[in-house]
Amino acid sequence: MALALIEGRRGLVVGGILLALGLVLPFVPGVYIVFAIDLLCFALVAVAFDMLLGFTGLLSFGHALFWGGAGYAATIAIAHGVGSFPLAIVYGVAYAAVLSLVVGALAVRRSGIYFAMITLAIGQIQYFLAFQFVDLTGGENGLNITTRGTLFGLSLDNDFAYYYLVLAFVTIATALAVRIVTSPFGAVLAAMRENENRAKSIGYDTDRFKLAAFVMSGTLAGLAGALYSLGNRLAGLDGVDWHTSGAIVIMTILGGIGTIYGPIVGAAVYESLDFFVSKTPIGDKTNIVMGLVFAVVILVARRGIVGEVLHRAFARPTLIEDEDRPDALVPGPGAAA
Amino acid sequence: MSLDYLVTQIFNGLVNGGFYALLALGLSIIFGMLRIVNFAHGAMYMLGAFVAYYGALEVHLPFFAALIVAPIVVGLFGLLLETTLLRRLYDLDPLYNLLFTFAAVLVIEDVMRLVAGALGSPYATPDILSGATNLGFTEYPTYRLFVIVVCVVVCALVYFVVERTPLGARIRAATEKPELTRAFGINTSRLVSGVFACGVALAALAGVLAAPDTNVTPTMGDSIIINTFAIVVIGGLGSILGSVVAGFALGVIAAVGAVLYPPISNTLIFVVMVLVILFKPTGLFGTTERTA
Repeated sequence: MALALIEGRRGLVVGGILLALGLVLPFVPGVYIVFAIDLLCFALVAVAFDMLLGFTGLLSFGHALFWGGAGYAATIAIAHGVGSFPLAIVYGVAYAAVLSLVVGALAVRRSGIYFAMITLAIGQIQYFLAFQFVDLTGGENGLNITTRGTLFGLSLDNDFAYYYLVLAFVTIATALAVRIVTSPFGAVLAAMRENENRAKSIGYDTDRFKLAAFVMSGTLAGLAGALYSLGNRLAGLDGVDWHTSGAIVIMTILGGIGTIYGPIVGAAVYESLDFFVSKTPIGDKTNIVMGLVFAVVILVARRGIVGEVLHRAFARPTLIEDEDRPDALVPGPGAAA
Repeated sequence: MSLDYLVTQIFNGLVNGGFYALLALGLSIIFGMLRIVNFAHGAMYMLGAFVAYYGALEVHLPFFAALIVAPIVVGLFGLLLETTLLRRLYDLDPLYNLLFTFAAVLVIEDVMRLVAGALGSPYATPDILSGATNLGFTEYPTYRLFVIVVCVVVCALVYFVVERTPLGARIRAATEKPELTRAFGINTSRLVSGVFACGVALAALAGVLAAPDTNVTPTMGDSIIINTFAIVVIGGLGSILGSVVAGFALGVIAAVGAVLYPPISNTLIFVVMVLVILFKPTGLFGTTERTA
């Protein structure tokens, strides 16, 4: 069922609708263009995160490593005289790719809760390094740049132009994510998630598959983070803080684990909610609302927004209730359409 | 660098290590019994400090009374959380508990920011423990010595209760074979609630002990919880001895490391964790992977 939304003709239609929404978003009354850029970047990082959580069952609490780390790498490149936007993005993505390989190689040695705690702890290493290397990162003030660089000699400092460039990146990256999870590789991931020992006994080196998924997820998260930092012309400690890792987790689960398009919805809902709540008297204490919403999702709507919709649309009445394994983190193929 | 300075740093390390040990201990007994990792453990530590702070502010609650009152108040809060909400998630993947307690952290921290403001509030050291004590080779703050002693005593007490008393035997039985234990007529769900409340109370106790030593702020549990996660990974999650030993050891290692190479002070615990994962992925005192 989880793949029902992204596979085949239906996938193209749903993807097309999302793209159309993306195209008109800057013209929706009341939407600030900078907010729209941020929203796209968070949508992409949530998609990247879902590739890992939804298809391997590995819960990373350290994706700020790649999001924030790539943001720093791209911003530092521009600050040190790299004039080319694509080159800055390449620096960011390459940093995220290498880092995710190293972190992933370590973290996949454990699974479940340990994986979450280990990725969280490793994230703190980068946080403190960014905090301490003030010359490179600007420390607590963050690193400001005056330009986003140029693309084919054209300036990207027009926010609308930048928005549509980011939209192109996000569209291609999401299509890639869909392609990966619906490929034979994705099928192996799903097999491992359902029964790791059986996948091993067939001859799959499951740790290598987990690592590959982790690197793909981390690299795409890095792309999102680099686009975000260059978009804001700022890389700061916020990006590498573990709360950002947590926000990525919330967006993904809020939208619907393992649905790829769901996390896009999750990111949009999260960012919008955050925006509106910050205008109320509780101000920057938006986590009161975020935490309550997330707690409710965990308690009663674990499939997330899109997952619950899909479940109601596609589930057929059965004699045995536990068909879709409500105990599992990721609804399994028992519920597949 | 003088030897005196190094020894002073080792004592500082023991103080931090004591906090780590108390937190890791609570995390471990909760994990052993419930198979959940309580992300909100740092928030409970913070709440403990705030109970002491507001107790002193509103009703002149003395420090030594706060050492008893705060763990009880926070323990009851934990009990409420466990019996009303957490309990609903026990049949699911343990990651859901981590996620739920993470949501709790977000709410608790920001509610406290709303109530108390983001800036810290100082909490006075009790008169009887102020000043310094001559240890023969150096002068050391009396209060910090008191913290070390309390942490060691409480850790030993918990170890004794779990390993040497009939109640501990029930807890261990329910940890290893919950269904068989139920079959013997032991009310395991009451044990589960009790263990959760006690684990949380240990975090609150650490919070009260930390209050005179640091500023009481809504985010004071924020980084210590991640340090504690690293420590239970090092010590072996669920191992009481491992948590306590790793807690004190890492406190000292971090303090001494900071003397030898100051920039590493914040990250050393995580570096040690990485090394442990490389060479003994189950943790120093852990045996097998105990989660699904």
